[in-house]
Amino acid sequence: MGLENLILLSLITLFLPLAGFVLLIFFGKRMPREGDWLATATVTAAFLASLVIMFAKLATPETVTAGWNWATFGGIPGVGEVTVELGILIDNLSAIMLVVVTLISMLVHFFSMGYLEGDVRYSRYFAYLGLFTFSMLGIVLTHNLLMMYIFWELVGVSSYLLIGHWYEKKSASNAAIKAFVVNRVGDAGMFIGIMIIFVHFSTFSFDAIFSAVSAGNLPFESQAWLTAAGVLIFCGAIGKSAQFPLHVWLPDAMEGPTPVSALIHAATMVAAGVFLVARLFPLFTADALLVIAYIGALTALIAATIAITQYDIKKVLAWSTISQLGYMILALGVGAYAAGFMHLVTHAAFKAGLFLGSGAVIYAMHAALHKQHDHQTDAQDVRNMGGLRSRMPLTYWTFLIFTLAISGIPLTSGFLSKDEILAGTLAFSTLNGHYLLPLIAFAVAGMTAFYMFRLLILTFHGKPADEERLTLVREVPGVMGIPLVILAALSVFIFYSFNPFGASSGWLFQALERPASVVPEALAPATWPVLYEAISRVHTLVMILSIVIAVGGLAFAWMVYEKRSVSADKMASAMGWLYHGSRKKWYFDEMYEAVFVNGTLGLTRISNWFDMNIVDGIVNGAGSVTRSVSKISGWIDNTFVDGLVNFLANFTGAIGMRLRKIQTGSIQNYLVFAVFGFLIITILILAI
Amino acid sequence: MVLPEWLAEPGLNHFLVVSAILFSLGLLAVISRRNIIMILMGIELILNSANLNIVAFSRYGMLDLDGHMIALFVIIIAAAEAAVALAIVLNIYNRFGSVDVEHITELKE
Repeated sequence: MGLENLILLSLITLFLPLAGFVLLIFFGKRMPREGDWLATATVTAAFLASLVIMFAKLATPETVTAGWNWATFGGIPGVGEVTVELGILIDNLSAIMLVVVTLISMLVHFFSMGYLEGDVRYSRYFAYLGLFTFSMLGIVLTHNLLMMYIFWELVGVSSYLLIGHWYEKKSASNAAIKAFVVNRVGDAGMFIGIMIIFVHFSTFSFDAIFSAVSAGNLPFESQAWLTAAGVLIFCGAIGKSAQFPLHVWLPDAMEGPTPVSALIHAATMVAAGVFLVARLFPLFTADALLVIAYIGALTALIAATIAITQYDIKKVLAWSTISQLGYMILALGVGAYAAGFMHLVTHAAFKAGLFLGSGAVIYAMHAALHKQHDHQTDAQDVRNMGGLRSRMPLTYWTFLIFTLAISGIPLTSGFLSKDEILAGTLAFSTLNGHYLLPLIAFAVAGMTAFYMFRLLILTFHGKPADEERLTLVREVPGVMGIPLVILAALSVFIFYSFNPFGASSGWLFQALERPASVVPEALAPATWPVLYEAISRVHTLVMILSIVIAVGGLAFAWMVYEKRSVSADKMASAMGWLYHGSRKKWYFDEMYEAVFVNGTLGLTRISNWFDMNIVDGIVNGAGSVTRSVSKISGWIDNTFVDGLVNFLANFTGAIGMRLRKIQTGSIQNYLVFAVFGFLIITILILAI
Repeated sequence: MVLPEWLAEPGLNHFLVVSAILFSLGLLAVISRRNIIMILMGIELILNSANLNIVAFSRYGMLDLDGHMIALFVIIIAAAEAAVALAIVLNIYNRFGSVDVEHITELKE
């Protein structure tokens, strides 16, 4: 297929879900079945198109780009002409990501047809799913930072709409707002980073930026600015990919419908952050990458420790997602580019599966509770489940495969990618002594196996919490079961590498070659050229270690929750504050509540006080000053000006009053005056 | 009996003095009397004092016959004026029911 056709096909892939969104939002209610078939059809078509794109792209080493001038600003002082481009970039990274996004989105569409049947806003839900898919595809396909930022925000909006799908529930609308606001914090950093780059290079295009930097042209001629730009753009990924310290929104986002959680956690939204780091990988300096690696490791550790003690089936999965995202970010940070991105792909499959599986469990639990007329019991709490294996065999077996995959048990896809990440991390530390990173990574691997099997055992094994309820639990319908089977199949190693113990020989690993760093040599990560050698040195050791740790975690969970040879309660009390901290999610929400929410409220109060007292005071002061000035001028006016006028009038009046006395009306008086006047005048004339 | 010198030969001054006395009496009547009729009579006195003056000037001055003519005119005009004035007095009486100038102070208002 010609490369121009690839561009056309990618545009079709991009706009199909948008078309579905537009049609559904306007006409969805009037369509048969409220238009779910249309949304599903558009995404399925997009999936098929992306498959074609991926195979066509992987056959050729060339990168396909196409750009259109969107807006040209001429004659900007000091810069000259600035052109903002729209464009498509298809390389192996985006081609693989396209398939991941559309595949998961398609399966989520199918699953939602069952899960949300009879929902109040059924057509709107499917419309938003389309918007979500469109936004994510935009992030994947774009060839410049500006478009990426626009689609980035669109992802934020559509996640807001979907998390708040059941907005009548206060907790759901709060979660939607929280997700949006927390993401904005990261996006603000990302925007500043983009602007640092744009102000200096006058372009948003990745290619242009990379080639400018590799030519030695640094932002503001400073190496520190380059690192700063990288870290700031990474802030966006911290928000979207729920990295520490902005991870708090993701567990709350569980308030959305479960298929949406699957979509958010597997293919869209959280994957966007990892994709961003992968896309801008050449731009990061060694310092920025170290920051990224440590953030990832810290996130993985925090989330894994919290996941151990949670009881809500979706919350456990949410924390595990954060933990796995931490892995991906860690891998990218240490330079294990292919491993990190491969984990994104494999994780997309098994985490989508886990969520859809938990959705199936919740769906069945809801139905059973409904038949019992029980509206108090929490359908998502694993303490109310147990023993579901016998009633939901399909869900159980697929869930088991996903759990094995996320725990990193051999023969699964998760083992391949996690093994590579652990190897990359250990190799990184042998080269420069950051031993904390592999230590955390291995600890998290053990914890992951433990808490995932804890979840599996509590849900599907053991004694049921309520025998009667168990008999009412039914396996989910086929439209929900089939996506689980497909995802379970995709959690097997064979799709990613023919060698179950080495991902590096697989096609995916080969396709994801680490791009060369464009930063100046002094700033480039010194470990990169020798990292692969180091990885091959430690690989066997890591493989054995990771299998031992994963199986150890698995076995420990088996002992604690299935055999009950170790009491979980005793362990919890032995752990003391560690248990409580983990149970309370290390008090992050409380901390943010105290610092940011109350801080903001306090600031509001202060500014309110300032407004009420100072600003209003100034305004009122100005008012009263004007009033008193006008009072004075009024007094002057009344007293002096009016006084003068009145005095003149009164004076004239008084004189008149006095003069009218001689106006007696008596003719004889007048005559007397006339005579005497005549006499006086005569005398005066004579005297002169 | 020997008359004092200022009486022996009557001259212009005598007439003027008499005329002045007559004028003063007339003026006094005009000013002080309340009855309009009396005021009119005072006016007649003033006119006649003027006539006396004019006639005296035509005897001792240089007015000659012109003085007599003027005096005759004055007498005629005085007669006409008296007729008009009496008509006015009658109207005043009709209107105010009195011929007392003290009561007729309409001009004051």
